[in-house]
Amino acid sequence: MVTAQRQESSQSGRFDIENVSVSYGSEKALQGVSFCIEPRRVTALIGPSGCGKSTLLRCFNRMNDAIDNVEVEGLIALNGEDINAKAVDAVSLRMYVGQVFQRPNPFPLSIYDNVAFGPRTQGVRKRDELDEIVIDSLKKAALYEEVKNSMKKHAFELSGGQQQRLCIARALATRPGVLLMDEPCSALDPISTGMIEETVQQLKEIMTIVMVTHNMQQAARISDTTAFLLRESIEEPAELIEICDTNTMFTQPSDIRTENYITGRFG
Amino acid sequence: MTKAGKKTTITFSDYNSKGARRAEAIVRIFTATCCVAVMVLVAFLLGYLFIRGVGSISWSFIFDSPQDRMTGGGIWPAIVGTLWLIGLVSAFAMPVGIATGIYLAEIAKQSRPVRMLRVAIANMAGVPSVVYGLFGFAAFSLAFGLGKSLLAMGLTLACVTLPVVITATEEALRQIPTEQRQAAMALGCTRARTLGKIVLPTALPGIITGAILGLSRAAGETAPILFTGVAFFAPVATDIMQPSMALPYHLYIMATQPTTPAPHIVWGTALVLTGMLSITNAVIATWRSHKRRKLQW
Repeated sequence: MVTAQRQESSQSGRFDIENVSVSYGSEKALQGVSFCIEPRRVTALIGPSGCGKSTLLRCFNRMNDAIDNVEVEGLIALNGEDINAKAVDAVSLRMYVGQVFQRPNPFPLSIYDNVAFGPRTQGVRKRDELDEIVIDSLKKAALYEEVKNSMKKHAFELSGGQQQRLCIARALATRPGVLLMDEPCSALDPISTGMIEETVQQLKEIMTIVMVTHNMQQAARISDTTAFLLRESIEEPAELIEICDTNTMFTQPSDIRTENYITGRFG
Repeated sequence: MTKAGKKTTITFSDYNSKGARRAEAIVRIFTATCCVAVMVLVAFLLGYLFIRGVGSISWSFIFDSPQDRMTGGGIWPAIVGTLWLIGLVSAFAMPVGIATGIYLAEIAKQSRPVRMLRVAIANMAGVPSVVYGLFGFAAFSLAFGLGKSLLAMGLTLACVTLPVVITATEEALRQIPTEQRQAAMALGCTRARTLGKIVLPTALPGIITGAILGLSRAAGETAPILFTGVAFFAPVATDIMQPSMALPYHLYIMATQPTTPAPHIVWGTALVLTGMLSITNAVIATWRSHKRRKLQW
């Protein structure tokens, strides 16, 4: 099962998003979003606070399911398959589409058990197999060297930056094909941020990465494609204003609103 | 500052902080005084109890039955009765209470009936214990035909304990940050696995603490067992369908005997009951603080 996933993940991880709208109760938060997320690239979602970046991100692994009153309309296809179809199991979807959250949220367990949590959920029981996955994931998250002699240490004893890299390792251990990152560096210092950005650069070789960020410099540094979302007024839902190659976005934005945002005129 | 009184710049020492310092001092003195008062009260209570009771404690006081028309001997049947009751209450109230708490905190949608259920449970905690006694007598002793028995007493005390266990469980589960649940779900856990592997183990110290506190309260109650099967005298209970002695009732009845007073039995019983519950609470508190040390969100 694990090898099958590994092969699959190196081949795909493509999202096609067509006319997606999200409402919280009667309030529409996001409307008419259509774009596609290319496999093995970093796609950044940028925009001011409250523009629906995180809401959109949660659509990709159906984490909105867990929130009451949220309704997602439109088509979100992952590798050609509608992820909101009745037959799709959100649980297996989330094994393939991992997520790293805004604030580090390791479990109150040891470093090892945190990383082994996902594989154990998938039924991996053999010690040597688990060891291999844990070490591999920690290496990919650039944490292994710092913790290799203290795998039994409680995760809460790590620093904030280390905890976030642990959370990345934990997400990688389920062998995802897509990794969603919701402002993963917003609670971290610049050095930890740098390490995570470097990790992201390496990870995109093997998986698709979608990152929400508040930080435009970060989007410019690490993403290949950038999507700009904007909610123009309180009464209207947010929309996708522009999506294009990151270089183009930051040098010649085609929409005046994008230009205003990235040049710091608002937001 | 120049003598001419014409200040050109303002520095930190020019700001008036006297009022704030005074308010802080008042709060500090007031809270510290209250805290000391409580400590003195507790120390006095336990100290007095110990001084009056320790003389009665002996091997035979604990392990013998009452003798000489209840003016001598020991309290073993009452100790055994109370242990039975603790066991029965644990068996009934813990699983039902914890399961209800889990349902309310984790599974139920926050709908109107659920809110009403929560209010009902809060009210349950406010019902006087003698009312539980009456209810237990009517329901368990008479309607269910359990008569005057340990089982009827255990069920009645379980009702007293239930709201405490439910509320403690719910509160402990709510302490677990949403981020923890999200993390587990994002790794492909079902809700059940998230609950079983992350939420419940993390909340367990809180749940157990609440449950034990409820249990201690039940073990010390007199009114709920008054009509449901507690005995002035009974041999050591071997069967849950028998009536039995119990420590709080023994204390009550010995203290209110008009003709044959035996104060050493009263104080000894009080000390044994308090000691049993204090030791249990101390063990649980130590275990919890050990478990919680690493849980700083």
